[in-house]
Amino acid sequence: MESRFHSVKLLEDKCKGCTNCIKRCPTEAIRVREGKAVINAARCIDCGECVRTCENHAKAIIANSLEDLKEFDYNIALPAPALYSQIGKASGPDEVVWALKCIGFDAVCDVSFGADIITECTRRYIRRTPQPRPLISSACPAVVRLVQVRFPGLIPHLARMESPMYAAARIARARVGAELGIADDRIGVFFISPCAAKVTAVISPLGSEKSYVNGALAVSDIYGQLMANLGCGGSARPIFRGSGLGFGWAVDDGELRALGDNVKALAVDGIHNVIGVLEEADSGRLQRVDYIEALACQTGCVGGPANVENPFVARVRMQNVSAGINSEALRDARSVALDIIEEFGEDAFGMHELIQPLAGMELAECLESAIARMGELEKIVAELPGLDCGACGSPTCRTHAEDVVCGQASETDCVFKLRERMQRMAEDLLRLARMDLPSMARRDDK
Amino acid sequence: MTCTDEPVLEMEFAVARHDFAAAGEAASRVKQVLRQLGIASHLARRAAVAAYEAEMNLVIHSHGGKIVLRVDSERITLAARDSGPGIPDTELAMREGYSTASDEVREMGFGAGMGLPNIRRCSDCFEIDSTVGRGTTVTAVVNIARPGS
Repeated sequence: MESRFHSVKLLEDKCKGCTNCIKRCPTEAIRVREGKAVINAARCIDCGECVRTCENHAKAIIANSLEDLKEFDYNIALPAPALYSQIGKASGPDEVVWALKCIGFDAVCDVSFGADIITECTRRYIRRTPQPRPLISSACPAVVRLVQVRFPGLIPHLARMESPMYAAARIARARVGAELGIADDRIGVFFISPCAAKVTAVISPLGSEKSYVNGALAVSDIYGQLMANLGCGGSARPIFRGSGLGFGWAVDDGELRALGDNVKALAVDGIHNVIGVLEEADSGRLQRVDYIEALACQTGCVGGPANVENPFVARVRMQNVSAGINSEALRDARSVALDIIEEFGEDAFGMHELIQPLAGMELAECLESAIARMGELEKIVAELPGLDCGACGSPTCRTHAEDVVCGQASETDCVFKLRERMQRMAEDLLRLARMDLPSMARRDDK
Repeated sequence: MTCTDEPVLEMEFAVARHDFAAAGEAASRVKQVLRQLGIASHLARRAAVAAYEAEMNLVIHSHGGKIVLRVDSERITLAARDSGPGIPDTELAMREGYSTASDEVREMGFGAGMGLPNIRRCSDCFEIDSTVGRGTTVTAVVNIARPGS
């Protein structure tokens, strides 16, 4: 099995080996072994649920650092709309752009503008793609990976659209290259990410043959430096700025609000809620729904695991930022977006690579072995207590049984099985101890 | 790892009459099992949709029953067995849009008369056998295309 890159990493010295993370993982990718959490790379979708769950902060998002800007002559920051939800009301978007320039960027291009472009392209895509239904937004990379790992039958339902981040990167690059005459490979483009999944998507892209983004910085990593440069009165404009609707993508239901009322759509946020909706879609229900907006984080990207602010506070702030960008700016942003689509061609903003199922849930490589193991697994499950206590290091009794049949755990890792076996041994010992020897006189027990 | 001869998996999932809270769980388990067996996603999808429709039929129309999943190296077989009431006219029941579901059930979004036709559409081989007063068995088979054959 190929090993995939993941931005979510375990900090071993901080991990206490508790079982909180294994319980919340949506793909059952974590086990506790020898007192430390171990993440199964084949199953991990970088949703960051474990980052959020771990009270010891033993799960970290490994992203690029500002040091990496030194590799390029000219650096462009692509702030996710959610970044603006992390800053208090005292500083407006232009001050945040100023602060980004203070920490080392030469220019800023708002991803919210990419969202305006993708909104328009998605609207057309839904119209010209009558089947299958429902289509599923591919804006959240954790959801795309979830589909690849757990719902491969839904892969044909994923909307074949580029993410707003890539759209913004492509145009910012082209604009800077043309206007300043800088060679493309000397331009560094860095996404300011609210989550782990998008960091992973930058470093190992989902479906575009060439990555227009050179790296990703986590909001939490640069937050302190940004704050230090806010409130000093400086302000600057980005190369492109999106409309309020574009900024709204960072909040649950935001993509749908941008798409408008003509689409029969459903919005779901929070990875476990997303699983519930995908189960429905995978059973052939929801065929009357045209489009599903699915975001791994509760409240949307403003609730991303690389953010610092409370998700619900951030959501209100995001809505305020959206509202603050007036309706005139909306018309402007939309007409600029339409011009850009015309200039680059609509196809440029589609997804170009095929999304493939990802292996990771199979019990064995060949069907015959998998069938044999499944039979064995069922027998083991029937004997387990079904308490899903997690003491064995697997999230549920069933996953423990899977680990046993795959040779990664032993039945007595279950404390209840161990206790049963000790009881049997103790009974055997007692029986042996009471056995009469031929040379001894018969003992009268009664 | 070497493959053993012709292993067969058989699993049963009980489905209770009118238990709408648990409806869909059997189909969901079927899907999980097929995924763990490494069945190609387009085949697993068809089997899962058939299982879901069959499960909903048991919940809505039957006195209760079970879904039996059988997998060998060549095919996935789903059998939905119930203990009544039985279908008086199976040909009519197979007609798209025909349903005997109550208004109550229709309000929940079911009873469009597409259940059995959907199961047939998803399967390579389909059988329905029903006796009024005894029960119904719906069998759906999805063939597993072997690589290189």
